[in-house]
Amino acid sequence: MMETFFICAGIALLLMMAPVFYRIIVGPTAIDRIVAVNVIGTKTAVLLIIIGVIFDNVAMFVDFALAYALLNFIGSLAAARYFNKTRPVYSADAAGEEKVS
Amino acid sequence: MIIDILSILLMASGLLFFLGAVVGIVRFPDFYTRMHAAGKGDTLSTMLITGAMALQVLHHFDWAHWTSLFVVVKIMAIGVLIMLTSPTSTHALMQAGFDDGIEPVTRPGKRGIRNLDASVTQDDEADASEGQDQPGIS
Repeated sequence: MMETFFICAGIALLLMMAPVFYRIIVGPTAIDRIVAVNVIGTKTAVLLIIIGVIFDNVAMFVDFALAYALLNFIGSLAAARYFNKTRPVYSADAAGEEKVS
Repeated sequence: MIIDILSILLMASGLLFFLGAVVGIVRFPDFYTRMHAAGKGDTLSTMLITGAMALQVLHHFDWAHWTSLFVVVKIMAIGVLIMLTSPTSTHALMQAGFDDGIEPVTRPGKRGIRNLDASVTQDDEADASEGQDQPGIS
């Protein structure tokens, strides 16, 4: 009974990722897409734990989820820094003293 | 049994908060509002679902396989890690977007804080002259 519930929860989580893919495709700016990818990555880490509970092998899948969460955070910060430095800024006053990195 | 019910409740509330985050991401009109929905709903739903998973692993615990306590600790560590890193990455992405000059959504006829020096139409001039408007960020 609990296994069926977790399978349904995993499927629901997967189905709720589909509108976030819509935001990845049609997002007006690049940072919208990065935010959506960040959400998808976090939910993938959660989905890996659910898969581990369903397959009764959590000790293996939880390491995947931990590594995925860490890599997701690092990738998100790297993408934010990259788009902050390479794209031209909109107005001149925003490029002032706070961007010393 | 009571642990199963508690786990189901945590999982269902986590899915509900993630549904709210998804609706916010899809339907909000602005980059900043979308980021608001994504940051809060995603973090809370992740913590709730990892709490449900940790309860479920702890429910099947026996002392013959006592190393599954480490699995519970790791699942809780994922929850704590998401709790720390998700607002940090949200803040970094929002700062990057603000430095790139993405305009916040405003009411029709009002000028945002970004385009004070942009060319405005006559209606905007007449509208902005009667009310006090924000001084530009400096």
